[in-house]
Amino acid sequence: MSQKPILEVQNLCKSFSGIRVLDNITFNLEKGEVHALMGENGAGKSTFMKILMGLLTPDSGEIILDGERIECSNVHEMLKKGISMIHQEILMVPELTVAQNIFLGKELHRFSWLDENTIYKKTRELLKTLNVNIDAKAKMKHLSIADKQMVEIAKAISNNAKIIIMDEPTSALSDKEVSTLFNIIKDLKNKGVAIIYISHKMDEIYQISDRITVLRDGQYIATKAASNLPIKDLISMMVGREIEDIFPETEHQTGKTIIKVENLSQKGKFENINFEVKSGEVLGIAGLVGAGRTEVARAIAGLDEFEEGEILIADEKVKVQSPKNAMKLGIGYVSEDRKALGFIPHLSVKQNISLSSLPSLSNKWFISDEKESALANSMKNNLKIKASGINQKLMYLSGGNQQKVVIAKVLASSPQIIILDEPTRGIDIGAKFEIYKLINELKSKGLAIILISSELPEIFGMSDRILVLSKGKQTALLTKHEATQEKVMQYAVH
Amino acid sequence: MQYIKNLRQYGILIAFVAICLTLSYISPQFLTVSNWSIIFTQVSINALLAFGVTFVIITGGIDLSIGSVVAVSGVVAALLARNDNYPVIVPILGGLSVGLLFGALNGFLITKSKIAPFIVTLGIMTIGRGLALIISKGRPISNLSESFNFIGGGDIAGIPFPIIILFIVFIICSIVLKKTIFGRYVYAVGGNEQASWASGISVNQVKIAVYSLCGLLAGLAGILLTSRITTGQPNAGASFELDAIAAAVIGGSSTSGGVGSIQGTLFGVILIGVLNNGLDLLNVSSYYQQVVMGVIIIGAVLLDSWNQKIKD
Repeated sequence: MSQKPILEVQNLCKSFSGIRVLDNITFNLEKGEVHALMGENGAGKSTFMKILMGLLTPDSGEIILDGERIECSNVHEMLKKGISMIHQEILMVPELTVAQNIFLGKELHRFSWLDENTIYKKTRELLKTLNVNIDAKAKMKHLSIADKQMVEIAKAISNNAKIIIMDEPTSALSDKEVSTLFNIIKDLKNKGVAIIYISHKMDEIYQISDRITVLRDGQYIATKAASNLPIKDLISMMVGREIEDIFPETEHQTGKTIIKVENLSQKGKFENINFEVKSGEVLGIAGLVGAGRTEVARAIAGLDEFEEGEILIADEKVKVQSPKNAMKLGIGYVSEDRKALGFIPHLSVKQNISLSSLPSLSNKWFISDEKESALANSMKNNLKIKASGINQKLMYLSGGNQQKVVIAKVLASSPQIIILDEPTRGIDIGAKFEIYKLINELKSKGLAIILISSELPEIFGMSDRILVLSKGKQTALLTKHEATQEKVMQYAVH
Repeated sequence: MQYIKNLRQYGILIAFVAICLTLSYISPQFLTVSNWSIIFTQVSINALLAFGVTFVIITGGIDLSIGSVVAVSGVVAALLARNDNYPVIVPILGGLSVGLLFGALNGFLITKSKIAPFIVTLGIMTIGRGLALIISKGRPISNLSESFNFIGGGDIAGIPFPIIILFIVFIICSIVLKKTIFGRYVYAVGGNEQASWASGISVNQVKIAVYSLCGLLAGLAGILLTSRITTGQPNAGASFELDAIAAAVIGGSSTSGGVGSIQGTLFGVILIGVLNNGLDLLNVSSYYQQVVMGVIIIGAVLLDSWNQKIKD
């Protein structure tokens, strides 16, 4: 790697209304390397990436791309210069086809007529070089998230990207899809494309990246070769302190069965699901993406209907027909899709926390500001929600804090059963640790907890028993002591 | 202060003050009590409509039917108020029920059929206009009772009755939106419908209630208008919905939902009223007035989005 770096960033600074978000950032990127950018939420990663994308203008500092100094720029210019980004949230037009999306903004035409044939031909060639099996004529909205992501990558390549920024690209991918993605990344590396890789998943970082740069509180901390940086050191560089044990052990006793699910079935989604969760117990649900984990959770929480089976709470058959209904029965659900189903961006921390329990915070029709603020303040302190105050709007909070607010909202409705669907997706390691501690606290208070996660270490670290689903079927129900990583994976691909 | 903050748009406020100062400089009539009394009486109908449509817009919806509902409820109220046939409460309840009914119908169609509010209320707008013409046989209805005509033409202690109605409705609507569970749900549904539903809110009930409230206020506006012009006019209220929506938007409501306030809307209503009044005083032709109004609507939203950008 002795050649000149493709991207050099020196002394980059950026402030928002007087607050330094980036302070003297130094960064360099070699051709054909995968460079991980690590840091907690709020460390400045996304501001930095927005500057590279041309979405923001830095206050000072230099960006040298391929030997050429880049002045104040815009998105189109950066795209032309070869910087593309694969977004966490996919930005595609759902009603257009794969090929139309890839060529969006650079449609081929003969005179004024769109040259659709060539677009489809070129797209097929492109997808072939990526070794992915996606129909160029399929509408974007019919694709799985994994396939959508592959299309994003194909689009970046079609832009002749020299640098591809990947922001949490695997957050919605199954293990198999992740390995396909990693193969594509290796191919890109060989072609000399440089990749900036952002992820909160440690195992992936070590699997794929050559070097790691850590940012903390807007400052550059260090750049190290991944092979020379033990995970413990990396974490303490990110959080600025040492974290002893990621999964805190607690002594606890389980009590009576709180919820029992019998023969739960819904055509095309899941069939014959059976389990029970006791007071003070965490049941982990493992499985690949598409195994039906979220579907089962949604059915129990009243978001979807199911055709057959029973749900029993405290040995009594109950009917859950709507989320409202489920909450009355004491079932709280924290969705995997925080943005779509979790919070109201325009409402404040206080207003979001109280949303599901307003009748109990009101005198007749009128909301009691006193009761509402008291609830919000106590939740803010207990869950360590970082916000300027309980009146800050949720749209201005980081992902981890938004998630804590969503959990606070569910807890405020005093559930006996809480379903946590990917509770730590896309949030930083400090906030993750706090959510794990919170789960243990809820356990000791006697709640029955259902934890769905794609991260096996999380499932293993937190659960008392593990239910494994595969293609909508229940393939195993293991105790903590029986379960091993290999066993769970075997049952998951069953 | 909170009130001004809620408007989120100092720019438009400054523009408003500047317009008032200029007008009072040019026309000595402008800053008189009697002129402001005229302005508030003139805007009272638009205010009632705009308050209702503000609720709808905050949920992320739209109601184009209110202008026609003004006509139908006005015609029905006029029929009941003719020749002292019934006590005055009968035409009032009649007009309000018609408004409520139309609003509830909008709400039901929107929630049950999942057709976009724009389309449903467009359809109801046409139906309402047709019904107003059918009921009145296309002719104005006059000879209304004296007590009915008091609603739009009378005064209490020198304050015109429409202004009293305006402020009572203003206070009720502000309290409902800011202080009650229902009001909070209105913001929640507009901010994120799916998340509201998953949080245990009966989204459909909230929507039906909001359109019903909007219809009810349109019914009240219909009564007020009919009483003011002392005639039930089947052609009345045409394009009133656009003024109401304009007032809400100038007042900071976002048509994508989740944002807005009754105070802001009142400000929008007054701004439109002052502008029309001032341009009248200056003898500016109504053709130009329309052009100015359009510029103000777009300008207000532009200023608003600039403000948002600076904030982010």
